[in-house]
Amino acid sequence: MKRGLVLLLMLGFAAAVLASAPLLGIERIGIGAFWRADVPQEQIDILWKLRIPRVAVAFLAGAGLAVSGMAFQAMFRNPLATPFTLGVASGASLGVAVCIHQGWTFAYLAWVGLSGTSVCALAGALMTIVLVYGLTRARSGFSSATMLLAGVAVSFSFSSLILFLQYVSDPSRSYRMLRWVMGGLENVVDFGDVLAVLPFVVAGCLIVLYLTHELNLLTSGEELAISRGVEVDRVKKALFFAASMTVGGVVAVCGPIGFVGLMAPHICRLMIGPDHRWLTPATLLFGGAFLVLCDTLARTCMAPTELPVGILTALLGGPFFLWLLLSRRGDFSAV
Amino acid sequence: MQQSRDNTAIDVHDFGFCIGAAEILRNVSFRVAGGQYVAIVGPNGAGKTTLLKCIDRIHTGGVGRIEIFGRPVQSYRQRELARRISYVPQADGHVSPFTVEQFVMMGRYPHLSPFSTIGREDRRVLRQVLERTATAEFADRLLGTLSGGERQTVFIAAALAQGAEVLLLDEPTTFLDYRHQAAIRRLLAEVNRSGMTIVTVTHDLNHAVLESDRIVALHQGSVMFDGPAAELMKPDVLRRIYDTPFTLVEHPQSPIPVIVPPAATEDRP
Repeated sequence: MKRGLVLLLMLGFAAAVLASAPLLGIERIGIGAFWRADVPQEQIDILWKLRIPRVAVAFLAGAGLAVSGMAFQAMFRNPLATPFTLGVASGASLGVAVCIHQGWTFAYLAWVGLSGTSVCALAGALMTIVLVYGLTRARSGFSSATMLLAGVAVSFSFSSLILFLQYVSDPSRSYRMLRWVMGGLENVVDFGDVLAVLPFVVAGCLIVLYLTHELNLLTSGEELAISRGVEVDRVKKALFFAASMTVGGVVAVCGPIGFVGLMAPHICRLMIGPDHRWLTPATLLFGGAFLVLCDTLARTCMAPTELPVGILTALLGGPFFLWLLLSRRGDFSAV
Repeated sequence: MQQSRDNTAIDVHDFGFCIGAAEILRNVSFRVAGGQYVAIVGPNGAGKTTLLKCIDRIHTGGVGRIEIFGRPVQSYRQRELARRISYVPQADGHVSPFTVEQFVMMGRYPHLSPFSTIGREDRRVLRQVLERTATAEFADRLLGTLSGGERQTVFIAAALAQGAEVLLLDEPTTFLDYRHQAAIRRLLAEVNRSGMTIVTVTHDLNHAVLESDRIVALHQGSVMFDGPAAELMKPDVLRRIYDTPFTLVEHPQSPIPVIVPPAATEDRP
């Protein structure tokens, strides 16, 4: 299938999901609520104050995680790289664990739409970025292998600290920590959360979109990329900060939602090919729409109980990915 | 294209380079004139690949001076350098996920400005390079499905698409069968005749002396020989470079002798 057609289908899929998701839920809302005047005020409130912000955050989070995962997979030439490979999620989770353990609320920041956990998650993510970058720079150059190992080591260390904090906290705080680590969008309740995620995802995705030629060359090897004229160190730094800031912004609001960042780029690669000029917009659209779809199911399939969306992303995406893998000749060793 | 006054494409002067504590190159000096075909030879670990990577600024730093067309290599922006020098690396086993056409088109990167897309001129160069290297017939195939010889030709095609004046190659015929070795050598000779400067690292001394204008031999990071091929092909010179004896015989069509393997002896294990 032509790549343009695949991208158009992705756009259609994303538009359909974005238009229908806010209408679905315990309270069914007709599509006329978008423009008709005789719709009950309660439905209008649910639509505009609850569901649209949540759908918007889900789309931004899915798009940001998927594009970040794609950038890391190309940068490290590693099909198993995820947005969380460099420890950003562990750093954010540690920030939240400390926040919950200490009972911090940062109530004075509520006016900008940020909760205590969001602030601590963002701080934890940013500190991890600085730490991993600093560890990588401590050795000569800007080696991808050193960065990957530094990220994995930091991630493991932080995970141990989180377990320690869970162990020494009282049961209710320990459960809150555990629940946050599962990730989810149930805490998204207004446009403040959208504004908290939007700048990170937009800036990060724009940087990645700007560097699509460079991503193609990095996929073919760093030395080859240098000899073709890519300023590899500068490009890798830009990608590292773009992807890490995006993930930090998303994780601060939604927690670490797994699977989307790993599999969405692979699924899109199988459908549209490895050329990042096409792959990046496809991954952005598919990752965003996929998380909206999963979140809609998460809040409707067992209503009024909500499932953590991370459970559904893996449950739905796994079989779909396996079907694609077995029905086509996907070579996952070559990112 | 701007040329330095004396037509020197590459000028390496008293250059030294370390990786960690290991001194890989020391006091290396040699010049390559525009349009020359120079082979760099020497035993394993002599620093040949490192030297090529320093010339193309894949490795940075080092002491001494490397000038490309009269300008220090550090003064170039990477894209600008890529418009003067192209590089074909050693086959490293990693297979790029792209098709031949996509991969060769990536050679046009140094000519693209930010936000620009592939234009008519890029497509014209692509078609021309694919035809010149006889890779057009498998342009739609994935790189991973090609034989070693076809893949190496595609790597050279991508380097040619860069439109540079100098082509650096790191062991371009290693691991290839005779037919593909001959095809690559014919291609390089034709590219050199068209005016392109070629610097190739090789272990194949026989072909190096038959095809290149000049040989630079490295030994333990230093230049041990720099001169015409005929002067290299002497048993004592070769022995000094490689620390092993050589048997040379007359070539039926060339005044330069060639190396033959020693005959099997009865006391062979």
